[in-house]
Amino acid sequence: MGASPMNKTITIDGKTVPFVDGQTIMDAAMAFGIYIPHLCHNPEFEPHGSCKLCVVSVNGRNMTSCTMPAVEDMVVANDTPELNDDRKALVQMLFVEGNHICPACEASGNCQLQAAAYYLNMLSPHFTHFYPQRKVDASHPDIFLDLNRCILCELCVRASREVDGKNVFGISGRGIDTHLVVNSASGRLGDTNFAATDKAAHVCPTGAILIKRQGYKIPIGQRTFDRKKISEVQMELIEQIKPEPDDG
Amino acid sequence: MEPCEFPDIEQQLAPIFERHGRESSRLLQILLDVQEAFHFIPPEAVTCIAGHLGLPRVSVEGAAGFYSFLSLKPAGEYRILFSDNVTDQMLGNPELMQYFCNKLWLEPGKVSEDNLVSADRTSCTGMCDQGPAALVNGWPLTNLDQDRLDLIAELIRSKEPISRWPPILFEVKDNIRRADVLLGDALEPGVAIKAALERGADATLREMETSGLRGRGGAGFSTARKWSGCRASPGLAHYIVCNADEGEPGTFKDRVLLNSYADLVFEGMTIGAKVMGSAKGFLYLRGEYRYLLERLESILARRRATGLLGRDILGVTGFDFDIEVHLGAGAYICGEESALIESLEGKRGRPRNRPPFPAAHGYFHQPTVVNNVETFACAARIAAQGGKWFAAMGTRQSSGSKILSISGDCARPGIYEYPFGVSVKEILDDCGGEDVYAVQIGGPSGILISWKEFGRCISFEDLPTAGAFTIFKRGRDILQVVRNYAHFFAHESCGFCTPCRVGTQLQKKIVDKMANGNGTSSNLEELKHLGHIMRTMSHCGLGHTAANPVLDMLDKFPGAYEKKLKNLAFEPAFDLDSALETARKISGRDDPWAHLP
Amino acid sequence: MDEKKKIRVATCSLAGCFGCHMSLLDIDEKLFDLLGMIEFDRTPFTDIKHCGSCDIGIVEGGVSNAENARVLKEFRDNCKVLVAIGACAIDGNVPALRNNIDLWDCFREVYLYEGGLEGNQIPNDPELPLPFDKVYPIYEVVKVDYFLPGCPPSADTIWKFLTDLIEGREPKLSYEMLRYD
Ligand SMILES: Cc1cc2nc3c(=O)[nH]c(=O)nc-3n(C[C@H](O)[C@H](O)[C@H](O)COP(=O)(O)O)c2cc1C
Ligand code: SF4
Ligand code: SF4
Ligand code: SF4
Ligand code: FES
Repeated sequence: MGASPMNKTITIDGKTVPFVDGQTIMDAAMAFGIYIPHLCHNPEFEPHGSCKLCVVSVNGRNMTSCTMPAVEDMVVANDTPELNDDRKALVQMLFVEGNHICPACEASGNCQLQAAAYYLNMLSPHFTHFYPQRKVDASHPDIFLDLNRCILCELCVRASREVDGKNVFGISGRGIDTHLVVNSASGRLGDTNFAATDKAAHVCPTGAILIKRQGYKIPIGQRTFDRKKISEVQMELIEQIKPEPDDG
Repeated sequence: MEPCEFPDIEQQLAPIFERHGRESSRLLQILLDVQEAFHFIPPEAVTCIAGHLGLPRVSVEGAAGFYSFLSLKPAGEYRILFSDNVTDQMLGNPELMQYFCNKLWLEPGKVSEDNLVSADRTSCTGMCDQGPAALVNGWPLTNLDQDRLDLIAELIRSKEPISRWPPILFEVKDNIRRADVLLGDALEPGVAIKAALERGADATLREMETSGLRGRGGAGFSTARKWSGCRASPGLAHYIVCNADEGEPGTFKDRVLLNSYADLVFEGMTIGAKVMGSAKGFLYLRGEYRYLLERLESILARRRATGLLGRDILGVTGFDFDIEVHLGAGAYICGEESALIESLEGKRGRPRNRPPFPAAHGYFHQPTVVNNVETFACAARIAAQGGKWFAAMGTRQSSGSKILSISGDCARPGIYEYPFGVSVKEILDDCGGEDVYAVQIGGPSGILISWKEFGRCISFEDLPTAGAFTIFKRGRDILQVVRNYAHFFAHESCGFCTPCRVGTQLQKKIVDKMANGNGTSSNLEELKHLGHIMRTMSHCGLGHTAANPVLDMLDKFPGAYEKKLKNLAFEPAFDLDSALETARKISGRDDPWAHLP
Repeated sequence: MDEKKKIRVATCSLAGCFGCHMSLLDIDEKLFDLLGMIEFDRTPFTDIKHCGSCDIGIVEGGVSNAENARVLKEFRDNCKVLVAIGACAIDGNVPALRNNIDLWDCFREVYLYEGGLEGNQIPNDPELPLPFDKVYPIYEVVKVDYFLPGCPPSADTIWKFLTDLIEGREPKLSYEMLRYD
């Protein structure tokens, strides 16, 4: 119909934010330049909704902003001390559940988990550490897979399925034993058809999937999140991938 | 690569594939058959099934790794799973399991060296009124005691096939102690469908509306509204799903409905099919009730033969509807309706993002209604006897009756049907609960009430419940009860979202620490904090409710933990001295410096 | 600041590498300012063997053995405010890499390796600190009041943190100062 597609709005932290039908709260916020913390979301893929960092309060009820469609007149609270405290607790949970030894991790400084923790002012992981036994797989000639750092965001799963058409990754186990699996009978990444040029090799928000022989090209201290907050970096990324508005 | 242990896997799987065809939705059913045939899912089978169904290998491995009755490692020819509900615990199941393990030289959770037998624990098997209970290769064992375990150990040692074990071991009783409109006089099969057909679909839906029927699975959503939503949703097909997952510990009323009132349930589904224009229904039967499968299939066959199911039902041209039973495989989360649908599709049972809701996008994205077993039974009664009749029972917002599964400390555990509005006290009088201290209403995800609250009523207005009613007498250790529930949630979390996957584990560790006498006041604060995170940040109902027992205890039963708390504000998260034990053993030291207070 | 009443500070390194202590020394000339405000109790810089009553205790390193636990308890008992400094104290860090290795294997690797000394054996000398099954962050053993992350935290970060604390402000780190590596 004739009406402009952007005549619907929600408010986020008091700002009036336009959206079109089909957009999630996260989509609308990002397009407008509002950062909602997130780890498992990447606008290039189907929303997932597992990390729960992006939970916002909508008319007083908590909702997952990366999967919740925007609906006219929603009143959204995002950048509140209460929500940011709860988000910090989630990040702390992700830290203690895995084995995150940042000083020994090639991703340090480029890692979104770490950057989200910086953004949320996490001074310690707070909870009791699990120190789980997890697999490190170096069988692939070009790629490391270190499950100690996997946060089960399934971005690699989605990228391999949706973009690469390969299904190299999947999820098995349940509860705290949930873990990433690869598509080979041996369980080794080297026995799959994974390639360093795959999209899935470049979407991991943490240091769980690393391209070999690249680790220290940029020195610690000069990396992405050493220089800028994750909120700023994410907003710049959105600018880059935003499609040209096509009003026909 | 390791040598292939199953070189003929293709041939061995052929009959299973033959039975199930190539639809990917059959994956879980295929895996169950493979588990039964091989006592585990060999890696070669994973590859072979993936090829047969045209699925990526990771999808098959993912599903096989999700359900606790499937095992990717050998689990023994006989796999005994002791029910771990709090009622089984109170009846001595942990000790019985230890007894059994000692007898067969087993370590819990590990398979014997000859690969013959393993023993482990499993979440509530729904036999709380006749526990202690267990499952052997999926078949329920009830009323366990040492004598029976001696016999079972003997049967296993002599490798007697389970089909030849004495039937008394597997006896399951209905134990119906109080019947009302649902469990009272049986309805002649077909009567309710006839009434619905005479009335027509629109008028039948109006009767549902008039009846005020609300879902019996827990959430209490208006059934008429759910049905009309599904009916109004466009789609290639509409599906009717009966939720018989009954995983909430302490609940066993759906088991009885399916055992003795299955016609009423199928009738309700068929009426739903008429209203929503559906041709296909599923009964999602929890794996623990696998023993009911043959019986249910034969009832379905009889209904087909008598024109109550299949083509042109009761001679009405074009009224086609059939029901398929789909087995679960040990996952509480599959009772959550969107996880159930995923599982029906053959996948891991992980709850979907909502919206869209199943009424619009359910089974393979088509409009789908999921209702509890009891809800369908009510629908059949309403079709036969009218919405007004039904609405006249119960309270304003809770019409009709509720079937309760009563277990724990009482003289007469079993099934009790009451009109809504009955008080806890009246129920306790009826079932012979004496000197009762607390009742868990609606299972761990429900509410724990103390003796001060026994005047409260079963109803959506006051104490909503899916049916569990677990009684604890004075002297029971509420902290142990809560600990059992905390372990349950940690075991059953699907692992999808951060707050529940990690939060349920952290909660479990802290409750364990308190039960071991090492809790401090800072731990109480931490439990509240975790409860808040799980309640407000989780993805689905499991995470939202996983802190309920703990928070209820903190709120209402200070006596249960206060005397166990250390007087200090802080205690280490772990036991320092035991954390030195390994090194003491290795070094052979036992000097004062090798110990910590 | 009251000249007469100096703030008494103790520091120690448990399962750490002394990197955090080095970083503290790295505040260079500001050390003189610092020493104007504080005096040291037990630290690796002094020769005091046991921690006396202190205002601030600063602990580097995680808890890897019984000795670490004893020292940590002594610090907690004697210090009004306890600070975990550096990644090792906060999450175990590199020493905690051993948490994924069976303790038996650790001992075997260290004491029983092929080609080692004649008559290799696992020592049972009470003088040697007995290791825990895992390396733990200090907050899982005692209550910790403040955390100062970094591996190590930079000299500027430590300076900012300490001056905040000494001057009675709630320590606050800027974005650039909050680092885990
Ligand atoms: C973790 C979880 C487990 C559930 N288990 C069951 C169950 O076993 N049976 C059931 O009928 N409903 C269960 N439910 C509720 C279902 O999601 C759904 O609301 C219900 O089947 C709808 O039927 P009703 O409207 O007839 O109650 C569960 C919900 C959650 C969150
Ligand atoms: S993945 Fe990120 S958070 Fe984890 S160790 Fe590496 S840098 Fe640290
Ligand atoms: S490997 Fe990386 S991308 Fe894949 S699930 Fe784990 S954290 Fe996410
Ligand atoms: S709340 Fe728990 S059960 Fe529900 S999706 Fe999250 S992890 Fe799974
Ligand atoms: S970003 Fe929304 S749940 Fe992860």
